[in-house]
Amino acid sequence: MASYKPVVVPAVPRLGEKVTQDTLYWQGYKTPVQIKEFGAVNKIDFSPVPPYNYAVTASSRIHIYGRYSQEPIKTFSRFKDAAYCATYRDDGQLLVAGSEEGSIRLFDISGKAPLRQFDGHAKAVHVVGFLADKYRIFSGGDDYSSNLWDIPSAAEIVSYTEHTDYVRCGCASKLNGDVFITGSYDHTVKVFDARAKSSVMTIEHGHPVESVLLFPSGGLLVSAGGRYVKVWDVLKGGQLLVSLKNHHKTVTCLCLNSSGQRLLSGSLDRHVKIYSTTSYKVVHSFNYATSILSLALSPEDETIVVGMTNGVLNVKHRKPEESKEKSQKKRQPAYRTYVKGRNYMPKQEDFFVSKPGKCVLRKYDKLLKGFQSSKALDAVLEPHIRLYTPEVTVAVMQELNRRGTLRSALAGRDEKQISLLLTFVTRRVIEPRFTPILVTVADMITDIYQPVLGQSAVVDKQFLRLQEAIGREIDYQEELLEVLGMMDALFATLTKKKATYLEEKKSNGLTKTLDQDTCN
Amino acid sequence: MVAAAGLRVVRCGGSPLHGARAVFSADARFLLCTAGDFVKVYSAATEELVRLLRGHGGLVTGVGLNPHNRLQLYSCSLDGSIKLWDFTDGILIKTFTVGYKLLALYALDSCEDSVFVIIPKRGERDTFQLVSVKLTKTTGQDVEAKEFSVVLEGVDASPKCTAFGREGEYVASAKNFHLQVYFFKRKQLNRFSLRATNAKGGNNLFTCVACHPKEDCIATGHADGKIRLWRNFYHNKEYVFSTMHWHHDRVMDLSFSIEGTSLLSGGVEAVLVQWHNGSDCKKDFLPRLGSAIEYISVSSDGTLYCTLHTDNRITIINSNLRFSKSIQGLIRARDVKTGLVVDPRTKALVLNGEAGHLQFYCLQSDKQLYSLDIVQQEYIQQEGLNQTDLVKVAFSAQGKWLATVEEREEEPDLELHLKLWFFDEETQSFKLNTQISMPHDDHITAMCFRDMDELEDDSLILVTAGKDCLFKVWVILEDTDPEAQQSLSWSCDFVGSYHNYQATNCCFSEDGSLLAVSFEETVTVWDSSTWDLKCTFCHPPGKIRDICFGRLTCSKYLIGATDHGFLCCWNLLSCALEWSAHLNVVILQPDPLSEHIAAVSWLSKESSLFVFKPNEPRPICIQRNLCKEKIQFAAFVPRDVPETVGSEKYIWLRRSQLYFLTDAQELMTFSTKSPEERLTVSSKQLAVEESLPVTPFSLLLGKHRHQQSQGDIDLTKVVRNHHEQDSPAVKELLHTPAHVLPSASFLCPIFINSLLISKEKKSAEEVADEVEMESEEAEEDSDEEKDVTEMEQENIKSMDLLEERTCKLSKAEEKELRKVRKMDYSWISAF
Repeated sequence: MASYKPVVVPAVPRLGEKVTQDTLYWQGYKTPVQIKEFGAVNKIDFSPVPPYNYAVTASSRIHIYGRYSQEPIKTFSRFKDAAYCATYRDDGQLLVAGSEEGSIRLFDISGKAPLRQFDGHAKAVHVVGFLADKYRIFSGGDDYSSNLWDIPSAAEIVSYTEHTDYVRCGCASKLNGDVFITGSYDHTVKVFDARAKSSVMTIEHGHPVESVLLFPSGGLLVSAGGRYVKVWDVLKGGQLLVSLKNHHKTVTCLCLNSSGQRLLSGSLDRHVKIYSTTSYKVVHSFNYATSILSLALSPEDETIVVGMTNGVLNVKHRKPEESKEKSQKKRQPAYRTYVKGRNYMPKQEDFFVSKPGKCVLRKYDKLLKGFQSSKALDAVLEPHIRLYTPEVTVAVMQELNRRGTLRSALAGRDEKQISLLLTFVTRRVIEPRFTPILVTVADMITDIYQPVLGQSAVVDKQFLRLQEAIGREIDYQEELLEVLGMMDALFATLTKKKATYLEEKKSNGLTKTLDQDTCN
Repeated sequence: MVAAAGLRVVRCGGSPLHGARAVFSADARFLLCTAGDFVKVYSAATEELVRLLRGHGGLVTGVGLNPHNRLQLYSCSLDGSIKLWDFTDGILIKTFTVGYKLLALYALDSCEDSVFVIIPKRGERDTFQLVSVKLTKTTGQDVEAKEFSVVLEGVDASPKCTAFGREGEYVASAKNFHLQVYFFKRKQLNRFSLRATNAKGGNNLFTCVACHPKEDCIATGHADGKIRLWRNFYHNKEYVFSTMHWHHDRVMDLSFSIEGTSLLSGGVEAVLVQWHNGSDCKKDFLPRLGSAIEYISVSSDGTLYCTLHTDNRITIINSNLRFSKSIQGLIRARDVKTGLVVDPRTKALVLNGEAGHLQFYCLQSDKQLYSLDIVQQEYIQQEGLNQTDLVKVAFSAQGKWLATVEEREEEPDLELHLKLWFFDEETQSFKLNTQISMPHDDHITAMCFRDMDELEDDSLILVTAGKDCLFKVWVILEDTDPEAQQSLSWSCDFVGSYHNYQATNCCFSEDGSLLAVSFEETVTVWDSSTWDLKCTFCHPPGKIRDICFGRLTCSKYLIGATDHGFLCCWNLLSCALEWSAHLNVVILQPDPLSEHIAAVSWLSKESSLFVFKPNEPRPICIQRNLCKEKIQFAAFVPRDVPETVGSEKYIWLRRSQLYFLTDAQELMTFSTKSPEERLTVSSKQLAVEESLPVTPFSLLLGKHRHQQSQGDIDLTKVVRNHHEQDSPAVKELLHTPAHVLPSASFLCPIFINSLLISKEKKSAEEVADEVEMESEEAEEDSDEEKDVTEMEQENIKSMDLLEERTCKLSKAEEKELRKVRKMDYSWISAF
């Protein structure tokens, strides 16, 4: 037995950008907090342990911010010149930073003065970091060398001078305590093993390398330089996996989200792009005021911190997801009714009868079910349906037309209702998806209300407006057809099958003249 | 086995059920209704067809229970005979030959040995009379019943327009605008007339009459949807009537409930209305019964109602107006536009069914498998409305995709929708995947999938041809976004045209490499990978009506039929006409499993069938005069088990069977079996006890029991006798009071001796053992068949059919058949 079938409102593909899961996720941030720093922010690093403070390196200072604090909760400012690349150790206890004068300093988070100072680089040190074994530090300097330091003795272990230009970025493997990677302006990325005398792998990026990143698994390496972000398979000997060119200026920083599913890249073109690491397609992008130098994402993607060239630190916090829970709570019935029958465990011999879900009909459907066509039309001309979901109104008109009762539903209305109907028709008749049915509606209205024309100024005005709208649309269509004709002519000259096309045209022209003859 | 018997055309479904009102048996267990030349007995509980009463030579026009023996049934037919049946056993008891066309039959309690029938008046056309026929009680099967007396003159031919009143005291009959009531006892005839139209312009034409079972009250239905209740009609002047109005169109049938407290009415709205106490204000509805109600009947205990619909559906309804069951065979569609399509998954025949639905009709069980709602719109039953029609259906090779086209023609513009449905394995039904509005600017004339078994998904292509002079190619697009709701969707890939001619047909070659599209007079052949036009064929004058590619060994041929009466065969290798024949072909249907092509021609009011192979112009088989009606569509349905065909001439029937649908929407097929053989097989199938549904288990059990009983009929007697012989000793032992019995030690040997079997009866005992052995063997057999239980019912039936045939076969043949069966098993297990 069939039940009443509700009116089908045809779904039209929404134009514009698709709302995906990603856009929803990445739009779920509050309005950003702007913090002014003293100079360009060259590095932001989150502490890996709660409460996830972050160190911001800008100018000659390292500021440490708490999660929601707008003022630094701690500052390391014992640098004569610019400091670079303040990085936390795995346990969040130690912080290391390079500097313009070539020394590397190691700080205790709770202290103020540096614990150790490593001197050895002849020029500025732009990149420092801890190895995974926690007791060694790697660094890269503008003197083309990449060094390895021992923390307890503050001594240099090994110095690789393989790069032929400034070393400006690097990272350490999280799995192997001996492996670290540096990228240089000589267009190469080199993988070093502390146990080996020289680099174990060299990857040719093709542009000055601004940032490198190793996936948590250690199998994939991401390098950024120039406008390109390139992903390399380390385990296959540094084979290029994919090359992404989505920015139109140099990419300066890279970052992975907490789940490792998304890759973020910041660039001088003021954009942060988010890629899916499965498809390497851009799934979302952020827009900032100025060129981006550094980027960091807190654990659980709670905060996005972006540092820019003009010294502004942009902090975005995630919106708490409370609103949903609230609405759910509202709908929950009382405990007694909620529990009723729910805690019954069905026995094996029980016969389970599923209760059919109650079908809730919309108001217009209820009226249509009762064949009340006039009222159904009234129901869909309510302001909230008419204005926000015109497709519902049109679908009901279509249904009434199908039932052959549209004319009687349109008839017998007063001045206000007619003008309302006409406003709707005037506004929507030019939308291609509504045109066929609304033309019929307009025809019927003019048919029905022709005798009373001239009795109401409001309605007459609406009719004139409708005429105007349709006239405008016709002009527009004519113009479009003209353009189409021009394009056809252009394409016709382009195609190789010119001859056959002309022939066809000729024959058409001939038949046309013949027709005219017969007409005459 | 079967001698080269001639080919016979057999009707296999779709015979109109609505010849007369259906009748419930006295205990409401069976429902008896007419179906063409037969009377069908359905079980009201299981919807199963229990018996098929055949014997009438014409359309059966009326059935009625014998009032004096409720297990017997009268039926009357246009062949001029009244037959008395025992419907529980399906036995014809008596045939009364009247000699006139009988149009309706009424059997009353009050009338001893006579029934009322409506017959045409001798010598006058379109005039009918109600007569009472005396059924003589003479013995013998065929009896002449020439003794009849006219009761009413000038009655309507329809059985609905005449009704008998309370205890058969009067008869009411309506014709046009007159109602006449005849009182039997007083021999008085009262006539009441209505004006043709009333003040409001309603049409007062009488459409049906019903009489109250307890009171003197007549209900009449009218063409404008009114129902009038007439009372006090003993007097010619002082009669009164009250009017009730709900139906917006013609009242099709009326029926009072058993006690007369409520009145049921039905019309074209497909709504059953129950009026309480003869008042206008209180009524109940049972809406959406599918199609117009033709007849309403009530069971004698009042628990069930039954409505017969114009689309050959029977609906059984509980007395509280709850829908209970529906018996549906081949649903009669308003207009079959989709043609006959075979669903590759279920092997069911697919065609238009209920409005906006697609019916899947199972050929083996003559039942509707299910009905798929394509249009998904509320169906408004009203004359003059342009309804959405389903016009084209196509299945992909494995039945994974279904494409449907629906159209609705409103005067200036046309609404077209192309819908693509995906078979969901989980819910085992088709799910809407893509809907394309206005795929073409004009009517779609043809649609086909590229049939490629191996490369199902990637290379799946749908082609539609339209009157807007285009053909369009649709392909599946895969959305690579893993989070997308739906990963597959269809979109247009290529649009082709040819000199602005209307595209009329399209067809893919067997390997899918070539697409043939016919444009009015020309057939164009396109490469399906690059969409380049390869070559064109035409056979002027005459537009192409149908095209198809040859298959298997004949795949290099393209066959086309033109509307100037030519059948042409082109060779695709030489691009030349191979042969042509002068034949007005209506339908061209290739067999999917062999090279054969069936062409049905329509010439001088008769259809003929020609079966040929494209490589030779001489037809293999010609069958003239298939049926009087025009054949609309035909389809080859693959057989489950290849049939052994005796004659070379009918070799094309080996692997698939040809079904065709006539203008009257009757489904026909060919049978090489002689009629008797068909009869026995089907009657055996029907002889299922207690109208239980034929489950594999019941068949298994039935066979088992049958085998056992065959063996030991006489032996059981012997054994039983034996037991009876020594029963006195045991009886004595059991019936003597305990306190007078001798000691147990004395009784024991007597008792044990009584249980022993004497030497001369031992042989019998051995035989009994053997019987047991046999039954064990039978059990083994049944074990073997357990594998088959997964099979569908129809397979079981055909298996059973095989089994029964083995009884008649020689042992060698039996072995062969076993082999065949074994082979089949493996095929099934792979299913």
